[in-house]
Amino acid sequence: MANTNIHITTTINEQPYEFLAPSYMSLLDALREIVGLTGTKEGCLDGNCGACTVNVDGRIVDSCLVLAAEIDGCKVETVEGMASSEGLHPLQKAFLEEAALQCGICTPGFLVAAKGLLDNEPNPSEHRIRHWLAGNLCRCTGYDKIVKAVQKVSSEG
Amino acid sequence: MHPFNYVAPLTVKEAIDILEKHGDRARPLAGGTDLLVQARGNKWDLDAVVDVKKIPEAMQLDVSNNGLTIGAGVPCYQIYDHEKIKSDYPGIVDGAFIIGGIQIQSRAAIGGNLCNAAPSGDAICPLIVYGATANIAGPSGNRDVSVEDFCVGPGKTVLKNGELLVSISVPDPPSGFGAAYERFIPRNEMDIAVAAVAVSVTLDNSGTNFESVRIALASVGPTPIFATKASNSLQGKPINERSISEAATIAKDESSPISDMRGTIEHRKQLIEVITKRMINKAIKRARG
Amino acid sequence: MVQTFKHQSEYKVIGSRPVRHDGFDKVTGRAIYGGDIKLPGLIWGALTRSPHAHAKIKSIDTRAAEKIEGVLAIITSKDMPETEDKMVDLGEGDENPRWTSNKLMAQQKVLYKGHPVAAVAAVNRYIAEHAATKIKVEYEVLEAHNDVDSALRKDAAIILESLEGDDLGEKIHNTNLAKHEKYEFGDVDKAFTNATYIEENTYTMQMVHQGYIEPHNATAFWDEEDRVKIWTSTQGAFTARTALSNLLQLDVSRIKVTPCEIGGGFGGKIPVYLEPIAALLSKKTGRPVKMMMERTAVFETTGPTPGGKVWVKIGADKEGKLIVAESKIWFEAGCNPGSMIEPAAQCIYAPYDIQNTRIDTYDVIVNKPKVAPYRAPGSPQVAYAMESAVNDLCEKAGWDPLEFRMSNASDKDTRRGDGVKFSVIGTKEVIKATKNSKHWNSDLGPAEKGKVRGRGISHGYWFNIGLKSSVNLNVNKDGTVTLIEGSTDIGGSRASISMQAAEVLGIPAEDVRPSVVDTDSVGYTDVTGGSRTTYATGFAAWEAANNLIVEMKKRVALYFDRNHKDINFESGVFSVEPDIENEKPERNITFKEIAEKIDDDDLGGPVNSVGSVDLESAGDGFGMHIADVEVDLATGKTDVIRYTAVQDVGKAIHPSYVEGQMQGGAAQGIGWALNEEYFMQDEGGMVNSSFLDYRMPTSLDLPKIETVLVEVPTPLHPYGVRGVGEVPICPPLAAVGNALKDALGIRFSDLPMNPAKIIKAIGN
Ligand SMILES: Cc1cc2nc3c(=O)[nH]c(=O)nc-3n(C[C@H](O)[C@H](O)[C@H](O)COP(=O)(O)OP(=O)(O)OC[C@H]3O[C@@H](n4cnc5c(N)ncnc54)[C@H](O)[C@@H]3O)c2cc1C
Ligand code: FES
Ligand code: FES
Repeated sequence: MANTNIHITTTINEQPYEFLAPSYMSLLDALREIVGLTGTKEGCLDGNCGACTVNVDGRIVDSCLVLAAEIDGCKVETVEGMASSEGLHPLQKAFLEEAALQCGICTPGFLVAAKGLLDNEPNPSEHRIRHWLAGNLCRCTGYDKIVKAVQKVSSEG
Repeated sequence: MHPFNYVAPLTVKEAIDILEKHGDRARPLAGGTDLLVQARGNKWDLDAVVDVKKIPEAMQLDVSNNGLTIGAGVPCYQIYDHEKIKSDYPGIVDGAFIIGGIQIQSRAAIGGNLCNAAPSGDAICPLIVYGATANIAGPSGNRDVSVEDFCVGPGKTVLKNGELLVSISVPDPPSGFGAAYERFIPRNEMDIAVAAVAVSVTLDNSGTNFESVRIALASVGPTPIFATKASNSLQGKPINERSISEAATIAKDESSPISDMRGTIEHRKQLIEVITKRMINKAIKRARG
Repeated sequence: MVQTFKHQSEYKVIGSRPVRHDGFDKVTGRAIYGGDIKLPGLIWGALTRSPHAHAKIKSIDTRAAEKIEGVLAIITSKDMPETEDKMVDLGEGDENPRWTSNKLMAQQKVLYKGHPVAAVAAVNRYIAEHAATKIKVEYEVLEAHNDVDSALRKDAAIILESLEGDDLGEKIHNTNLAKHEKYEFGDVDKAFTNATYIEENTYTMQMVHQGYIEPHNATAFWDEEDRVKIWTSTQGAFTARTALSNLLQLDVSRIKVTPCEIGGGFGGKIPVYLEPIAALLSKKTGRPVKMMMERTAVFETTGPTPGGKVWVKIGADKEGKLIVAESKIWFEAGCNPGSMIEPAAQCIYAPYDIQNTRIDTYDVIVNKPKVAPYRAPGSPQVAYAMESAVNDLCEKAGWDPLEFRMSNASDKDTRRGDGVKFSVIGTKEVIKATKNSKHWNSDLGPAEKGKVRGRGISHGYWFNIGLKSSVNLNVNKDGTVTLIEGSTDIGGSRASISMQAAEVLGIPAEDVRPSVVDTDSVGYTDVTGGSRTTYATGFAAWEAANNLIVEMKKRVALYFDRNHKDINFESGVFSVEPDIENEKPERNITFKEIAEKIDDDDLGGPVNSVGSVDLESAGDGFGMHIADVEVDLATGKTDVIRYTAVQDVGKAIHPSYVEGQMQGGAAQGIGWALNEEYFMQDEGGMVNSSFLDYRMPTSLDLPKIETVLVEVPTPLHPYGVRGVGEVPICPPLAAVGNALKDALGIRFSDLPMNPAKIIKAIGN
């Protein structure tokens, strides 16, 4: 078989990591299967649902469409890195208070994506929020409460 | 998926060597948003993917008086976040801004879009109407190909074994130039064009006549189409509803869509006519500043 | 049962909006969904699937796959146990295990595109999936039937040879018609001759998918003593256990199903798909095996709700009384019988009081995946037909469609199309609330240039189900109570169930600690589906809590040295009047205080209780939606610009999650109305099997979804809870259709009402 393991040195949620991953393995699988961070979810494996959204070097990406090999030397942030010793991230709190999740499978992706927005644009319009989050599918909520939760954080921000 | 190797060469030469060695069992990797999906869907049996993102020429993004150079691996967001590109090449930005969602745009490259050669590729028609050229490097040297000649069939390009798209050059727009691109999709995001049109116009000094026009159509043929008849029909014509409508009708006739899960022939033809009109007007507006 | 309907102000917990108990784990990424299960020695399974919709399997060659390094086992239908040929009840519909087994692993023929023909176990997922593509299968392709008309043709290829069809009780063979049923009341033919206004039309629709974001998954371990453990994202651990027991031919007690957190189901995660395959691969390898379904396979082989055809004819007298209705419903069942024609018949006329009705239903086998329940299975399709027809009738006669619905509304004792009579229902209250809603009383507003606007309304109905549930409660020393239940929590049911226990116990919702446990650890509980969970498992929790109070009173009595019959309980405080005769004073103690004492003192040991229910029926649910649309006349693009969902929810236990159900159902219905469909190739097989081309609504495709909660408590539940999850997917199809009619003057009778169809219709 034409493949090798690739040695990857990276920072995930501000922790240094070093591991070997097969050359064809996605970042999603490396996070879930090798690093053991299963908060990032699989929904489609073809970039259409956003459940696997993580942040790489300040940009949100679908981790199913990134090879683990490509993140050597990068900074990765996942949902597991959002809460801190001070407690939940404001977005996580708002999602709970606004009941912005039902089954919750889309939630990690939405949280990481929404954080990516608010980190750069603290006061987006409703349209901008909906546009930014269009790469994340939710089948349970109709998005209404998700958008409200993000708006809540941006107005408090 | 066939298990493949990952290589990230640092020079064009290195990349070409690997590609040449593996033939059709290796492919360049830009953002991977087409390639990885296709590899997983077993469209290709690959032994290697060749990441172009460590090659400086493939990651350049320069705007100067000579025009715009976009490295083949530059992701969409870098294009639409670039102030100078936004102001000077809005038609290119129109395409880059609608490919996938934000996550996809963090990765997807204009070069990848072009090399994937989908009839619906949202970056391709804008490049055509800007008169862009593809800068290709290969085992037997470098060559330039106009973007309108680059795609030769669905998923097929002029690239030969071992050849790599290094960058795309867009000439500096002359004065009186304006361009715009729009697609129709049933949803508002995350969809593939049912039909789409890019238009560029160069107006004469008076601003009331077309000096030259380029119209390109997506998703209505086996490749993006440079609609030469519709384009030529406006050359030297005065700007009015009639000339614009006529061009839109010709564009519709130049399209040769099929009916499939994304749309019907009838609907696509109608869309081409409607969007061509809208884009000519938008391009004029932009040309007038 | 003691009916305890109170004014909202008298409830302490019910009707409030606490943070859900599982919320923290779900926003931090810690919750363990089916796909997150890890076990020592875990290996992966993958399936080889048919590219054809209908074909004979001539041969299967596994040699190349076996040679791949890392491949550990391969199975085909030969490895599936012989199963019985009988119908088994799985909560929301019956299944025949023999056909189910064949559906999961093809025997002589493949019946739908994606039909599994072999499975591989390998050391990791990539190798398993790669090896599965290397299994060579030779097929002889047969004619595929994509729709009911083609499948019912006289010369149609027979899809399921062993099928014995039932045509109004008569057995038929060599057929793709699984069942034809009829319901008739009054004198339909005569009533039509008396009708002044008659409206008749045929409505067609394609299959659509539930579209849950989490793919199906299963992890299985078959041990040396033939005990099987399954971890899976299922809507019903116990019904999955029953299905597995039939498919694997093992006693239920040998199978333990652990329901993991689940990423959506909407009915589609009631059937088992990967579980038995993973189990058999585990049996063969002696290792735990995990499987995760690819998204294409999720579309091509699981879930859909039936497409088909609905013909309706309705008649009204000149005063505007709906006097007669007749309909024929043909549904695509997929490769096995069972297309929810019964619920369709139950729902079609439910919002109306009509004296003379007839319904014919047809369950038709086609070369598509076997349908599975999807939110109010069967009801949205017939609501689309009926509610479009009602509007067209009103238009013909010049009646206001809302007033018409009011004057013909069903009520207590109205007979449904299938003959069942209603208990207390909220149809009229819902219509009233719609009439009073902000949305209904505001203007449509001017359309942009080149666009037109329209407004539409539609009813929706679902009967909701009851069935069996069990709950255990245990009192902790700190005054909290653990609540053990078996209902998968898909959208906040831990909260809504715990809140009902908390209300009884007089403690805060946070002090009830719910756990959803495996099939060995709690009593039998039916599926999370049919809008039954908050109703039935909540009922069980209410019962367990009341039993717990009885038990606690005994301990309080011991503590106070009084008779337990004299102990009162209210608002979380146990009290007893003074006993003058025996010189015993008045005493009070809170739930929390006595909990602590019980642990310390000798007061009879740990306190726990059980609640167990088997509810025959549940409160019927009605809803009405208002849709405003704007259509681009040049492109055919429709935007839903405003949307309101009104619904009788009985009693909203946790209003936020009730609103969430209404919004989510509306969103799915809007997708169904406008874009979603199984797009089929002529030779059979879905071609748009990705989220990209299936086109579910994104956040940018929907407006805010306003909700109006109407509360007409049902007498069947202690708090008056009606199921709320399913009703909201029923109205959107016709609400959007009626809005399009209002905007364009054109009736669309074929779903989805997508831009291409709109342009075509405008052009004509
Ligand atoms: C969810 C989703 C949504 C999408 N939406 C859109 C959309 O709206 N519009 C649209 O047009 N597309 C869309 N796409 C397709 C895709 O994102 C675009 O075509 C994108 O521009 C491809 O760029 P890439 O950099 O990711 O290419 P890659 O996947 O890296 O490459 C694409 C192809 O080009 C080849 N290639 C890459 N670089 C070179 C090179 N330098 N020289 C030669 N060959 C090369 C690769 O081998 C491959 O065959 C979508 C994809 C996804 C997954
Ligand atoms: S799993 Fe990556 S986008 Fe769906
Ligand atoms: S909450 Fe279930 S998909 Fe979003």
